[in-house]
Amino acid sequence: MKHIESRQASHGSTTSYIIGFVLSILLTILPLWLVVNHVLNRTALIVTIMIMAALQFLIQLLFFMHIRESEKPRYNVLAIILGIVFVITIVGGSAWIMTFNSQVQ
Amino acid sequence: MEPKFKISHFFIHGDPLILGADVSIGIATVMIIFVLTYFKKWKWLWKEWLTTVDHKKIGIMYVIAALLMLFRGGVDALLMRTQLALPNLKVLLSEHYNEIFTTHGTIMILFMAMPLIFAMMNIVIPLQIGARDVAYPFLNAISFWLFFFGAMLLNLSFVIGGSPNAGWVGYPPLSELQFNPGPGENFYVLAIQISGIGSLATGINFLVTILKMRTKGMRLMDMPLFTWSVLATSILIIAAFPVITVTMLLLFLDRFAGAHFFTMTHGGDPMMYINLFWIWGHPEVYIVILPAFGIFSEVTSVFSKKVTFGYTSMVVSMMLISFYAYFTWVHHFFTMGAGAGVNTFFAVSTMIIAIPTGVKVFNWLLTMYQGRIRLTEPMLWTIAFIPCFAIGGATGVMLSIAPADYQYHNSYFLIAHFHQVLIGGTVFGMFAGLTYWWPKMFGFKLNETLGRWAFWLWNIGFYACFMPQYALGFMGMTRRIYTYGWDMGWAPLNLISSIGAVIMGIAFLFQVWEIAYSVKYGERDTTGDPWDGHTLEWSLPSPAPKYNFAVLPEVHGRDAWWKTKEAKERGDYEEKKQELEPIHYPKNSGIPFILSVFFFIAGFGFTFEWVWMGALGLLGVAICLIVRSFQYDTDYYISVDEIKETEAALRGEV
Amino acid sequence: MENIVSHHTDHHEEHEAHESIKIDGFWLFLVSDVLLFGALFATFIVLRTHYAEGPTSQDLFDVKEFTIETFVLLTSSFTSGLATLEMNKGHVKSLITWLIVTALLGATFVGFEIHEFSGMVSEGYKMSTSAFLSGFFTLVGTHGCHVSLGLIWMIGLIIQVARRGFTPVTERKLSIISLYWHFLDAVWIFIFTVVYLIGVM
Repeated sequence: MKHIESRQASHGSTTSYIIGFVLSILLTILPLWLVVNHVLNRTALIVTIMIMAALQFLIQLLFFMHIRESEKPRYNVLAIILGIVFVITIVGGSAWIMTFNSQVQ
Repeated sequence: MEPKFKISHFFIHGDPLILGADVSIGIATVMIIFVLTYFKKWKWLWKEWLTTVDHKKIGIMYVIAALLMLFRGGVDALLMRTQLALPNLKVLLSEHYNEIFTTHGTIMILFMAMPLIFAMMNIVIPLQIGARDVAYPFLNAISFWLFFFGAMLLNLSFVIGGSPNAGWVGYPPLSELQFNPGPGENFYVLAIQISGIGSLATGINFLVTILKMRTKGMRLMDMPLFTWSVLATSILIIAAFPVITVTMLLLFLDRFAGAHFFTMTHGGDPMMYINLFWIWGHPEVYIVILPAFGIFSEVTSVFSKKVTFGYTSMVVSMMLISFYAYFTWVHHFFTMGAGAGVNTFFAVSTMIIAIPTGVKVFNWLLTMYQGRIRLTEPMLWTIAFIPCFAIGGATGVMLSIAPADYQYHNSYFLIAHFHQVLIGGTVFGMFAGLTYWWPKMFGFKLNETLGRWAFWLWNIGFYACFMPQYALGFMGMTRRIYTYGWDMGWAPLNLISSIGAVIMGIAFLFQVWEIAYSVKYGERDTTGDPWDGHTLEWSLPSPAPKYNFAVLPEVHGRDAWWKTKEAKERGDYEEKKQELEPIHYPKNSGIPFILSVFFFIAGFGFTFEWVWMGALGLLGVAICLIVRSFQYDTDYYISVDEIKETEAALRGEV
Repeated sequence: MENIVSHHTDHHEEHEAHESIKIDGFWLFLVSDVLLFGALFATFIVLRTHYAEGPTSQDLFDVKEFTIETFVLLTSSFTSGLATLEMNKGHVKSLITWLIVTALLGATFVGFEIHEFSGMVSEGYKMSTSAFLSGFFTLVGTHGCHVSLGLIWMIGLIIQVARRGFTPVTERKLSIISLYWHFLDAVWIFIFTVVYLIGVM
């Protein structure tokens, strides 16, 4: 039984899951609404919905995956941050590098 | 779907070299089976090796496989150098030459350098950090067998179906179905895919091992530098290998499912492959060099009888290298024409990464400065490495100047550069590591005299082979050409280069002799500490028992074993008598081997695009995984009595 | 025998440490999976407008369909969280119920995706139509494969928990699958945004 008790505090509560769920729904509906109704110009729209996606990603990490509640030192937080830096490098870098032949298409 | 390949694609005929290989593989197989059966060793092989989860044994299997692959890749190299020794030779046909340089590169990087590094990691890391095994021993066995069967799949292509021939980088559109309809490129894609899964798992395994399994008292900044280098390499493996997995998947989809990622039509973009390939490829270069840096740090410190000069700067520069390594990949294709902005960024980032490397070189030199240097074989390799790598690094900086690269790109100048850093860095590093830790692996030292022969022949051969290639590059000789005319004026330098290659081949034979001789006559290591080492692995008997440490050590600060020895000499060492406790230990398992066989079957099936066979293999893989998931009885406890017995036997008390 | 008894508590703790180290490794696997998807996203973004002779993203995507898909997966991520809560409370039965709900929602999601893909293929829009479609099918399909594998894994785990109840091993496995499931939802958010929303813009 011991391990069950010790885990209880560290794995979030029903409230945190519900908050996370509601926020996720909002952050899904909002960009959908923005896109369907063409509220902003294209660039502003892309930036806005990407920010909302990033926020929702953060919500998954914090409210569902409980990344804050892991043991210290939090190597997994470091690893995720490093992973995100690398992903941004891959995606952003590729897009930048490959623009040179966009006129080919 | 109608299979693209029929049985007539299966066997290659018409080439005496390949026929010879067919025959010798057949004979070797029969002989191995005969020897195993005659000496009744099948059960021993299965119980002690094929099913083992012990990191030390897995490490030894990596060594054996890597040396075999070094031989195979070396034969490829010698064939190429023979063909190029003089103008207009007809040793190899152009098509065969293409296959040889492709397999040479692929094998040397992925199936020789990588497993040698994994060998060192496996053998040393748990011992150095005071752990009983890696974090996931079962996964470790899977990693090895996936590497092994990936390597076998690629090697099989030589005699069945035809080898890949689009270079070790496999650039499309040449590697696309349109220009390369045979199964060769499928072999390449699937072999890399299968061994790549294993490499990724190794990266995760060792990162967790180092972060979580250090013995009591060992803080991060107390870790030996080899352990730090493996930490840095593991981070890069985790960051880079998923990208090669995707790259190979996409190329395979192009070839197998008619997708248009990298094709010339329907909007495909071959340049995207090159971009993705080097997002993996550049970190890969550092994946194979960082552990060598770690080994050199250990060796210089031990054989100069000094602590490493600038430990902190060593750690910082290694971590910086592993981070920067992710931001330099475009320097492999400056000539693509991505524009001044892109090329400038990546030229500068490439030059920046040379700085931490330079810091390390000075640290090694200053570690040796005023040290009591012992010129043992590991130390010789280290000393040879420094000038070799410095030249390689300097030519690397030359290549990083984007406008100048338009001149050097894909010339023999580049060939000379990367062989200089890969042989002078990685290979010399692994030789230093092998000779240094050999007594720990097998309980005897390698013969120094033969080792010196090998060392000098390697070095003479190396410079004779590659220095002329820099000049050949300037003279306009491009890589991958299979022959040239007298009128080019390349003949003398090429001949010298080929002679150098032969000398390196002889050096390899000396190493084989060195090993064979030492098995019988090598100096036995009875102390467990033949070099007067600094780190924990030398506190154990050689070879270490399967559980490594009967009692986990407690350490304070760096160079723990050296400090213990000093304290013992001063007489103020208190041995804490600790009770032995039963040791939790993983059971052997046949699943990693069987699972990898199924991966091999799947890989072979998809290579020939026989979907039924590929699906069957994958089904086998899935079943293996499910069976493992339902296994709960996977570990046991080694009893105190057994530990006592083992320890007594190891210390010669029986 | 004495030995074993006296060490029993130690062994228990050792076992727990052994299990928690597997969760650490799984985080690193997730990071590597992030990079895998990163490379697929990079490819998709570069080839996004390479329609060749094929259809454009506006022709293909149906707002209603991908919105439903998104909500189904989002809800399953939530229910898998509820399953974790039941595990923490020690309720085997309600845990299994929530896992089954999660698996059913996951299966629905995969069903929608198969429906979407087969609709496209039946109209003649295949992987071989254009670079854009190659990128689309591969990126979204890889995510779908991840979900499908997760389903098989979840079913296996339901059986194991039903048989064995909560042990350090089953608890560790349950924690891992819930991490995996949330992670797949997190990846989908970006597919939803980058592929579908920007696609229909």
